[in-house]
Amino acid sequence: MSDAKKFMFVNRKAPYGTIYALESLEVVLITAAFDQDVSLAFLDDGVYQLKKGQQTKGIETKNFSPAYRALEDYDIEKLYVEKEAMDARGLTEDDFLVPVTVLSRAEMGKLMDEQDVVLSF
Amino acid sequence: MLHIINQSPLNSSTLDSCLNTATGGEILLIEDAVYAATRGNAAEAKLRAAMGKFKVYVLTPDLDARGLGDRVVEGVSSVDYGGFVDLVSNSKNCQSWL
Amino acid sequence: MKLGIVVNEGPYQHQASDSAYLFAKAAIEKGHEVWRVFFYHDGVNNASKLTEPPQDDRHIVNRWTKLAEDHKVDLVVCVAAALRRGIKEENLAQGFRISGLGQLVEAGIKCDRVVTFGD
Repeated sequence: MSDAKKFMFVNRKAPYGTIYALESLEVVLITAAFDQDVSLAFLDDGVYQLKKGQQTKGIETKNFSPAYRALEDYDIEKLYVEKEAMDARGLTEDDFLVPVTVLSRAEMGKLMDEQDVVLSF
Repeated sequence: MLHIINQSPLNSSTLDSCLNTATGGEILLIEDAVYAATRGNAAEAKLRAAMGKFKVYVLTPDLDARGLGDRVVEGVSSVDYGGFVDLVSNSKNCQSWL
Repeated sequence: MKLGIVVNEGPYQHQASDSAYLFAKAAIEKGHEVWRVFFYHDGVNNASKLTEPPQDDRHIVNRWTKLAEDHKVDLVVCVAAALRRGIKEENLAQGFRISGLGQLVEAGIKCDRVVTFGD
């Protein structure tokens, strides 16, 4: 769709400690229905949202991480992780639930500039 | 792009993240981020160094509320809410670093 | 210019709602249109008509209501976030309406700029 806007969702917060990650994901899923150009950026503690193997039984909270795998079904395939943030947390691409594109800070910054709407929660 | 920061630089990595990642443009410091724009704050050097790459603004009402209106780092421009609106409308896009 | 505003924090606890309101007011004074304010996360608590601040404090909820009445600002509260936090039609302040997240996406599509206020 040519008149689609570029939406970027910037995730900088870890899951469970606060609700932002979960409610951000809910917006992303809705945005998919609007035929916009959607991308997700994971910076800082936001990269923890994508960590494989989340077990939430002990905190009696719903594990929402499987929803990241569902993004593909909604044609949301642009998931960007900032390399420096990933490295600083001892994580590698193999730790993530879903395939991502790893970008340097500079590449991430450039991508942000190109967006029409940047939503961060 | 206009980058809006609202966290104290000594309490949060938000300003660092923005300075490290963003390619340039304008930075507006609001709420607790206004402390970054005050002389003698540990973030002052960092902010001064960033001024080559970014044009830095501070929201005066937030600075005044915190008793630091007379301590703005040289080179930082003061704006009121109207100036905030102008920054938003004059930039192609904006992002709040939450 | 057509502006959208997102408020992600509740009143009094965080400055976000105050900042958003003062930004909206300044935008209107400058001749811009505040097309929609979308309340998300704890921001939905800005819509509770049960809010009773001390008399010498600003009334954040009523201030939004008045802005909506005076300038036809569309105040939308996210339904999913609202239900989680006990905000329903029966305690919804005047000038607000409860609707889906699509309203936020629509604001992104229709507005020239969207400004988010949060933590």
